[in-house]
Amino acid sequence: MALANMNLTLKVWRQSNNKAKGNFETHKVVANEHMSFLEMLDVLNEQLIQEQKTPVAFEHDCREGICGACSMVINGQPHGPQRGTTTCQLHMRQFKDGDTIVVEPFRAKAFPVIKDLVVDRSAFDRIIQSGGYISVNTGQAVDGNTLPIEKDLSSQAFDAATCIGCGACVAACPNASAMLFTSAKVSHLNLLPQGAIEAEQRVLSMVNQMDEEGFGMCSNVTACEAECPKEISVDNIARLNRQYIGASLKSDKMA
Amino acid sequence: MSLTGLFLIVFLLVHLTGNLQLLMDDGGRQFNLYAKFMTTNPLIKFTSYGLYAFILLHAIQGILLWLKNKAAKGSSYAVNNTRATNTVAGFAKNMGWLGIIILVFLLIHMYQFWLQMKLGHLPMVEYDGVQVKNLYAPVTETFSNIGFVVFYVLSMVVIAFHLWHGFQSSFQTLGLNHKKYTPFIHGLGKLYAVAVPLGFALIPILFFLKNM
Repeated sequence: MALANMNLTLKVWRQSNNKAKGNFETHKVVANEHMSFLEMLDVLNEQLIQEQKTPVAFEHDCREGICGACSMVINGQPHGPQRGTTTCQLHMRQFKDGDTIVVEPFRAKAFPVIKDLVVDRSAFDRIIQSGGYISVNTGQAVDGNTLPIEKDLSSQAFDAATCIGCGACVAACPNASAMLFTSAKVSHLNLLPQGAIEAEQRVLSMVNQMDEEGFGMCSNVTACEAECPKEISVDNIARLNRQYIGASLKSDKMA
Repeated sequence: MSLTGLFLIVFLLVHLTGNLQLLMDDGGRQFNLYAKFMTTNPLIKFTSYGLYAFILLHAIQGILLWLKNKAAKGSSYAVNNTRATNTVAGFAKNMGWLGIIILVFLLIHMYQFWLQMKLGHLPMVEYDGVQVKNLYAPVTETFSNIGFVVFYVLSMVVIAFHLWHGFQSSFQTLGLNHKKYTPFIHGLGKLYAVAVPLGFALIPILFFLKNM
């Protein structure tokens, strides 16, 4: 089957380093509909290398939608127009021949641009370090069903655990709030018996760290849920709020 | 934001119930007696100070939050394309601007009626031997001006937008979310956001039509 070529105009954000003032650069790219968005960027970079120019820096790793590395905003939407999809799983068939596509880095104070489309998301790592773990030694794998967990609860925890920490929620949020990420990580541990022991400490520490990193406050725009490649629900944010209010009122822990 | 917002939501309903007495066909008797009660009853007086405080708190907190969130975002996208799942993105993103418009409306509104009732010299009317300030008079006068009628109606549209997002958002912020009752809260919020501002908007419209 012959592949129809798509002639695209790309407006890509170029910024040589964190201090530099960035600007958009316009390039023509010929792609086909079976390419992923990242493969289309690979074509652009091959072209730029041929022309002895600096290729566009962008993050990528697994290219199968589970690592969360491919951070970029395509036509104003983190990970592009298709819902529940990472950039690497976004295919060019979502676009039309002759389209102009604007590609920008994730924008948030807490995610400073390193180069072009690459941003520093280590703030998420520090939120995890502040409480996204359980402190007991789990030892050997136990027999199945040793610790009974109700099905609905385990499903909720698993849904929250599908968060790949890509940062699209922060990028989509007009307030650059990291509530969806933090709430998913808190929910995934606090809902299960192993995590419930440190639930109060966890919610206080992780929210505190989130604020310290300079993320904004949640005003329930729900753009995060709309853009999340794993379709994490904002119900997690309500649960976080509930647990945070509860822990603030009754826990001896300060943060 | 959520607690003060919920308080103001309750206030709006009380305020509307009181003001609908303006529409009674009694030359303002019922409304003027109500206005006297509202300005002299000690319990209402006490609550009104709470109301002023909560309006200010809601506004100040909102502006601080707005500035903080703007700073957290840093820069904006070249292409703006915000999608939302539980609300209207345009309302949710612009709560700050909607709030500023409401604040300006509130200042004008309070100057026109509240200040006149408190400090202004309103004509007196007598009902059963009791002298009562005729607040009905400035209401009639204001709403015979088409400019003010349009201004009030447009302000109610802005309040409707603000409530459309704010009503359900306040429950989410408090963590009051459950698949059993969240759909009800969302439905009630939409109904409230349309019905209450519509009720308020009817007053200037009907007054204008009556005095045409």
